[in-house]
Amino acid sequence: MTDGMFGAKGTGDTSGYGGLVRKASAAGSSERPYGSYFDDVADDLERAYPGFSEAIERVVVDRGELTLHVKREKLVEVALILRDTLKFEMCMGVNGVHYPEQTGRELHAVYPLLSMTKNQRIRLEVSVADGDAHIPSVVEVWAGNNWHERETFDMFGIIFDGHPGLTRILMPDDWDGHPQRKDYALGGIAVEYKGATTPPPSERRSYK
Amino acid sequence: MTTFDPYAPSRDTTEGKVFSVTGGDWDALVQDIGATKEERVVVNMGPQHPSTHGVLRLVLELEGETITEARAGIGYLHTGIEKNMEYRNWTQGTTFVTRMDYLGPLHNETAYCLAIEKLLGITDDVPERASVIRVMMMELNRISSHMVALGTGALELGAISPMFFAFRERETVLEIFEMITGLRMNMAYIRPGGVQQDLPVGALTKIRDGVKVMRKNFKENATLLIGNSIWMKRTQGIGYLDLAGCTTLGITGPVLRSTGMPWDLRKIQPYCGYENYSFDVVTADTCDVYGRFLIRMNELEQSLRIIEQCVDKLEKLEGAPVMVADKKIAWPAQLAMGGDGLGNSLDHIRQIMGTSMESLIHHFKLVTEGFHVPAGQVYVAIESPRGELGASVVSDGGTRPYRVHFREPSFNNLQATAAMSEGGMVADIIGAVASIDPVMGGVDR
Repeated sequence: MTDGMFGAKGTGDTSGYGGLVRKASAAGSSERPYGSYFDDVADDLERAYPGFSEAIERVVVDRGELTLHVKREKLVEVALILRDTLKFEMCMGVNGVHYPEQTGRELHAVYPLLSMTKNQRIRLEVSVADGDAHIPSVVEVWAGNNWHERETFDMFGIIFDGHPGLTRILMPDDWDGHPQRKDYALGGIAVEYKGATTPPPSERRSYK
Repeated sequence: MTTFDPYAPSRDTTEGKVFSVTGGDWDALVQDIGATKEERVVVNMGPQHPSTHGVLRLVLELEGETITEARAGIGYLHTGIEKNMEYRNWTQGTTFVTRMDYLGPLHNETAYCLAIEKLLGITDDVPERASVIRVMMMELNRISSHMVALGTGALELGAISPMFFAFRERETVLEIFEMITGLRMNMAYIRPGGVQQDLPVGALTKIRDGVKVMRKNFKENATLLIGNSIWMKRTQGIGYLDLAGCTTLGITGPVLRSTGMPWDLRKIQPYCGYENYSFDVVTADTCDVYGRFLIRMNELEQSLRIIEQCVDKLEKLEGAPVMVADKKIAWPAQLAMGGDGLGNSLDHIRQIMGTSMESLIHHFKLVTEGFHVPAGQVYVAIESPRGELGASVVSDGGTRPYRVHFREPSFNNLQATAAMSEGGMVADIIGAVASIDPVMGGVDR
């Protein structure tokens, strides 16, 4: 890929204090009671969807937010139940997160849901392996996810199977790579315009 | 037709004959197109077109003057803000987010800072004065944003005077912004834990005066369009999208409220203490461009009401802190006016250089490295002038964001272009897009 701007390698920390990360693992599975309306959501979903224990890998309650980790094969089924029975009629899009160190589940897709009827918010999370980055599309369930899935494909390379037209949306159609992935460095890309090429800033001057 | 038209040169492609139109003689163009004997014409509008509300590209398939298919092309203003933020510390991120939706910079900053505060678990520690200032600045921002929406929306439909008046009112707000933050746009004024600096002397008086002037002028502006028969004909029944359409497309903001749904996060899921202000959620039930126009007009008055309540509160909170007390998070220096202009407070410099080694260390660590944010992810949504602005923020425990994603209302709402305009006249797509009020900086980020 590219080398990174201004010689920034590895973490790309420009403060000069690279690697100062407190290794605190993100919240693990939560135990009942979840608190707030989260128990009701989980109960309702279990009642309405017999395959709950099989489809939901983990339930995480962190900082007052409920996250359901869903197996990708069951995503559309769960989404339909959530929309029709639990009244989560709005999906606020999808966004990717790339965790290169989580082998086998590097790419996560996160769907924030909103129920206007019940004034509740929950989140769905689906994780897939880098080599098999396929997730079923939920455009059939929430049509508004069309552009969001295109953006996530554009930025992370997650392929949403069944999407009506999965093309790049923000980057040019012939772009190489998926810029928001952690292995894609910042900058370092030459600009081409009308046949002339301007080298990237990192090669124009030496900051090293 | 074989004569060469310098304004509309044509070339043959596999798709059929392609004409590039840059102005000039329409009769010649119409004749040329007539010669192709095609019923169906595909028109490419933009991305550099004066009425597409920014660098938006619309691909329209027409039969006569009726749109059979409309597609929006975006990405012309993509700046990689979300990626860049991963390489700067948490506080520096405000400088990026403020540039996304450039008509609502303070909303972007607030959403981002509320998300960081939620990750840090300090939501309740943000001082009241800071929250009131945030609310006041956001409502002022809502006015300036709606002024652009109304002014350019009218301009795009051919009404020029409302634009002049709208930009005059916007100027009042921008002058207040300049006085308080030093900048008219892209202020990076709202910071994790509070705001960058306290209000300067005389700011509240200026805001009170500004509110009086605006309230008078808004009535004047309204009379230019409400009841104007051309305006009514261009907007009523145009760009129809009902509640079911809004729900399935995830549409929020004035477009959703124009279906009669009183959904406003300020009321329903309050943040920054919005529950302590009295204001009304404005709705319309016409589902059309006119309804959205009326909503924006009437929201101006509601914003003025909130601003007045903020000024009253701020007078009582004079001298209270505007940044969290935790020295591990709070930006160390407040700005102060010195002999050579605005700069770091001399008291602060005296303290870190002369008396307190610990303060110096804190200052150095916070400014070079930033603060750590515990690992986790949050989603925080606020009501921006265009709808639900959501900040999805992920931290890995470091001093820089691991991933930041903004659920931009403009990005989402622009998907409604096809639903609003297909089957309608080509002239009406301009009104429909203007009523969504997309800001391309926010759409493309």
